[in-house]
Amino acid sequence: MKLAAKKDSELAEKLMEVEKMLEKYKGQKGALLQVLQEAQKIVGYLPIEVQKRVAEALNVTLSEVYSTVTFYSFFNLKPRGKYQIRICLGTACYVKGADKVLSRLEQELGIKVGDTTDDLKFSLDACRCVGACGLAPVVIINDDVYGRMTPDKVPEILKNYE
Amino acid sequence: MEMVNLTIDGEKVQVPKGTTILEAARKIGKKIPTLCFLKGVNEIGACRMCVVEVKGARALQASCVYPVSEGMEVYTNTPAVREARKVTLELLLSDHNLECPTCVRNLNCELQKLAEELGIKSIRFTGEKHKAKYDDFSPSIVRDTSKCILCRRCVSTCHNVQGVGVISPNHRGFETMVAPVYDMSLAEVACVNCGQCILACPVGALKEKEDTDKVWQALQDPEKHVIAQIAPAVRVSLGEEFGLGRGAIVTKKIPAALRRLGFNRVFDTDFAADLTIMEEGHEFLERLQHGGKLPLITSCSPGWIKFCEHYYPEFLENLSTCKSPQQMFGAVAKTYYAQKMGIDPSKIFVVSIMPCTAKKYECQRPEMRSSGYQDVDAVLTTREISRMLKEAGINLAAMPDEEFDEPLGISTGAGAIFGATGGVMEAALRTVYEVVTGKELENIEFTSIRGVEGIKEATVEINGMNVNVAVAHGLANARKLLDRVKNKEAEYHFIEIMACPGGCVGGGGQPILSADERFEVDYRAVRGSAIYEVDRKMPLRKSHENPAVKQLYEEFLGKPLGEKSHELLHTHYTPRPRYPEAEEK
Repeated sequence: MKLAAKKDSELAEKLMEVEKMLEKYKGQKGALLQVLQEAQKIVGYLPIEVQKRVAEALNVTLSEVYSTVTFYSFFNLKPRGKYQIRICLGTACYVKGADKVLSRLEQELGIKVGDTTDDLKFSLDACRCVGACGLAPVVIINDDVYGRMTPDKVPEILKNYE
Repeated sequence: MEMVNLTIDGEKVQVPKGTTILEAARKIGKKIPTLCFLKGVNEIGACRMCVVEVKGARALQASCVYPVSEGMEVYTNTPAVREARKVTLELLLSDHNLECPTCVRNLNCELQKLAEELGIKSIRFTGEKHKAKYDDFSPSIVRDTSKCILCRRCVSTCHNVQGVGVISPNHRGFETMVAPVYDMSLAEVACVNCGQCILACPVGALKEKEDTDKVWQALQDPEKHVIAQIAPAVRVSLGEEFGLGRGAIVTKKIPAALRRLGFNRVFDTDFAADLTIMEEGHEFLERLQHGGKLPLITSCSPGWIKFCEHYYPEFLENLSTCKSPQQMFGAVAKTYYAQKMGIDPSKIFVVSIMPCTAKKYECQRPEMRSSGYQDVDAVLTTREISRMLKEAGINLAAMPDEEFDEPLGISTGAGAIFGATGGVMEAALRTVYEVVTGKELENIEFTSIRGVEGIKEATVEINGMNVNVAVAHGLANARKLLDRVKNKEAEYHFIEIMACPGGCVGGGGQPILSADERFEVDYRAVRGSAIYEVDRKMPLRKSHENPAVKQLYEEFLGKPLGEKSHELLHTHYTPRPRYPEAEEK
């Protein structure tokens, strides 16, 4: 409960910051993308509470905001984990079995690609070529790069982030 | 006007600058196929069905958004054009739920029609189908995205014509789905149930929540006394479903057809519209003379009411407390009529036949049970009653003329014009003028508030006082008008608002026209003129002259705004959130 209360007060604070940011965009429908980027920078993701405030300030519908948020992969509807796991699904990684590594990651974490674990520890995303094809398949966790990944290495690596 | 010369398939055409290739081609009788195009509503060049060759252009061009220019050479029927259209259409069909014979839009589907017209004999593509959702939680509108072709006509209608904007294309690519936020149901968001999206849909992805089963069951039940009420606008549209032409007047054929379908009595919502005028007219005078909240705003349109509750709650006190004619009818049927006829009201089953999908929601509101029962048991759209008649083998067009039943079938021309934008206001003015002045109104036709213009205004002198009235139809127009009032840019005493463009004749439950027909005909104006013709031919044209309404007051209600009226004919409103309360999941 304490944790949840703390989370709420944190969000409330951030929402106030979002509202302040929105003041300079009042009524500017065309600023939607920019505003969403700034809002995500403040909150870390774009919950409905943020989207409603953006809709009100820019005088667009919530539906239009949500449509935009879900169109661009850059925007997140859910909070991201403390550790952001990105798996490369570029051609080289893919042919070296990245899909199997991804399946194992999903299995170990109990989430699907694009999601975050309930304890907000890990989020899992797929990305395109990271320029490390020689190490394929590649998994990146925050700033750490893991090359020549296999499904069996997954549990072991995740242990580093307990 | 600057004119532009071009050739289309070698034929010379001269059109005003700014005309699109599509419009120029139609001018010389050439039909370029379209799917996402809906004139004035959705002109986005998204579906690529209307592609043509433009000499000198790099690729095929979407003619619905491509403006003509001097000397342009256009080819609409080359092998490349035909093949491109076919591929596009086959790709759409390959990801479409092809249950055509059982689809509500079978034989009235633009996708189906195009497949026939373009000579599609087989679909060359097979593959995965998009993940679909069937949403039937709303009492008014059903979404079936397995049939959606992502044309966005409903989205443009919801956002721009209605100013509601609760559906959008969400997600991206193959995952794109037209839906409310967080893929919620329409029942969970601030949808007003107007059904204009259904009229815009070229396929069967949007339809009314069907209530015909309930009505068939009641008609079969010997215990039930099943009565029908017909809305004003249905008498100028139901004929269209039986090949009688747009706006054909079928007032007297409807009672004949419904009796043959098994209804015990066929009554007229026009009667209840006259009753509404008695109550609302007196409410207006009461507010005007005793410093009540003004402007008074009409409350007949349930789409408008829900819109006001969600988006303009600050105007709820301005709303007339009068129930809509549909609900007044239900309340009177299960009290006055039941007593008069000695029928147990629990045995009476009231069916409304409405041009409207929002009426389905309205009849389920908890406030609408003042008889002690649900006052109106089922609402059928014009389309649903047409389907029932066809299923029963009853051809409306071949019906003899018959009269509505008494007493709830007696009405005046004032009741009839409720079906067109401006009609409620005009009917109210006819009565208010005569009640206040005690004199006969010389010219009862208030033409300045008729017609298809989005916002109409008039000033009427009543006993030396200038009464300012305004009329808006289509909720985007309602927004403009209300914002004007809110910002004190205009002052009115009385406002009529109808959710649907054109008023009820353009209602979301009415027969659906294809985009091609809508390009050619202003169907709302055609049906609207028919409504005024109905009015002109009525012997009585003022609500306060309706003998059955007079009798109702004498025998039962007492007087307008009396105690019994308040109990049965008036209601209250509830502010509702504009956004869904909590995030799903």
